[in-house]
Amino acid sequence: MVADSPSLDSAPVARLTDGHRPPGRIVDFVFRSVAMLAGFSVLIILGLIAFSTTHTAWPAFSKEGIHFFTSTTWDVPKAKFGALAFIYGTLVVSAIALVFAVPVSIGLALFITEIAPRRLRRWIVTVIDLLASVPSVVYGLWGLLVMAPAFTGFYRDISSTFRHVPVLNTVFTGRPLSGVNFVTAGLIVALMITPIITSITREVFATVPGAQKEAAVALGATRWEMIRGAVFPHSRSGIVGAVLIGLGRAMGETIAVALLIGSSTALTGRLFSPGDTMASVIANQFGESNDVYRAALIGLGVALFIITIIIGVIARGFVARVERRGAGV
Amino acid sequence: MSVITAPVPVARLGPAAKHRSRALRNGLATSAIVLSFVVVLVPLALLIGYVVSRGWHLFGYAFLTKEIPTQITPGPGMGPAVYGTLLITGAATAMAVPLGVLGGIYLSEYGRGGLIARVLRFFAEIMTGVPSIVMGLFIYTAVVLHTKNLNAFAGALALGCLMLPIIIRTTDEMLRLVPAELREGSVALGSRQARTIMRIVLPAAAPGIVSGALLAVARAAGETAPLLFVLSPVYKTNHSLFHGGNTALSVQIFNNASSPYAASQQRAWAAALTLIGIVFIFTVVARIFTAVYSRRSTAA
Repeated sequence: MVADSPSLDSAPVARLTDGHRPPGRIVDFVFRSVAMLAGFSVLIILGLIAFSTTHTAWPAFSKEGIHFFTSTTWDVPKAKFGALAFIYGTLVVSAIALVFAVPVSIGLALFITEIAPRRLRRWIVTVIDLLASVPSVVYGLWGLLVMAPAFTGFYRDISSTFRHVPVLNTVFTGRPLSGVNFVTAGLIVALMITPIITSITREVFATVPGAQKEAAVALGATRWEMIRGAVFPHSRSGIVGAVLIGLGRAMGETIAVALLIGSSTALTGRLFSPGDTMASVIANQFGESNDVYRAALIGLGVALFIITIIIGVIARGFVARVERRGAGV
Repeated sequence: MSVITAPVPVARLGPAAKHRSRALRNGLATSAIVLSFVVVLVPLALLIGYVVSRGWHLFGYAFLTKEIPTQITPGPGMGPAVYGTLLITGAATAMAVPLGVLGGIYLSEYGRGGLIARVLRFFAEIMTGVPSIVMGLFIYTAVVLHTKNLNAFAGALALGCLMLPIIIRTTDEMLRLVPAELREGSVALGSRQARTIMRIVLPAAAPGIVSGALLAVARAAGETAPLLFVLSPVYKTNHSLFHGGNTALSVQIFNNASSPYAASQQRAWAAALTLIGIVFIFTVVARIFTAVYSRRSTAA
């Protein structure tokens, strides 16, 4: 398979026979141990993250107790640190991001696997890779200086359209109505998580047995009927896993959100108002913090760490189910 | 875009109408799917267009090398940040790649399908999902608080933690693609396992591993969040990894983006162009390695 590689042809084999004896068991043992330690480094680092951050955040946890997660009062001068508004903000931004990113990602994955001509496929994948490789801070810069000013009028239009509709007139407005708000942050995060959801969904679609798709077409199904009848039923748990992985990424997304959400510690249902997420608060306020304040910000990091790990574990469970089934076919 | 609709109305229509409605649905769904590609392509094109058009006239040799001027002073200068990005990312790579490759070797060559390897693989995947800002907080609490020293090395540790699981996973996957015959041949000739791995298995998988490592480097070079708490602002190039504060392109973009001064915003755009350039170069080189690798393995 790799026989024409120059590194394999002659050199190593020749040296084994020229009288140079391998130093023996000790080398093997040392190498194995070092490799094992390196393999376990992942577990060690995860453990250290949990310990070190929790330890430093402890003053805030012990001072606030459960209020850290249930209170909306984030008042630095009075040393009150209730993070509910930020947890809420994280959920709102992630929800907006998923609402836009999930249909688009599924569409993209279908486009690549079912519609695009083979020659075009590689280019589309390159474009999506490009989307994934743009740094978060560049999305933030563009969103702040180009998109937010351009969208402000649009937000104002929506707000005045729904002015007299109950419920919607409190959701689709802002106080103050600004270009940097939950929706702007959510839209940019949607763009940022689309590549990861697309690539996992694409892998899941690739496990659908070709025979089932061909059978559907042979029975006279249109392409859409084939997708609904053969592709979706087979991929449901994989799509759920992909969406959860996207959710985990969205919740942890920091820099673009920190630039685009406008920083406000108030808990509000108005989507065009400035807000804050757990990650954006840490990024925006860490520099000016000290003592318990800083411990509280690190505490937000601990909460974020635990939430993303839980979501990651559940998501992997869903994706692994598809992989097992795919391997079994 | 509706994903699943009930098929009931179709059944109620006559044959011709039924056929038309099915074709219509198919057409609608197909255009929605094509549209999703456009929806992604447009913002990406706009973003790259803006970065290039707003960044290019400040970009140049002077921009890459000169010191960073004060916020209100117009003109080029991002030298310390360019140097900082390369220094921090380079140091992170020097730490994460050997450790990650060794970890991948353990998973693929020693752990194989066993319980320990499966657990470690699982946690490596989980670790790739840990938010980058948490890595920054981790290095801040575990290192900076004890050394009381904000320097490039702390930044490198944070980025290294982000790269490590990616490199472990790619190495593991690439090594598992190496055919067993190569290992058996080497062992049959009398070489021990460590030697077989280092001389036979690893070289065979090298292009794939290099490609994965480059992608990890590209991701790390663009990161901002983990650097926020472990670097201190400097405006002159600091060549030292351990002594004194340092800065990076990403951090400069973050700070200048929200600056009210046009001069700073200008530099933010040019810095964004530089950063995207660096990231794309690594990504393209990684793709070339992948292409070489796949051509070689399909040739035989």
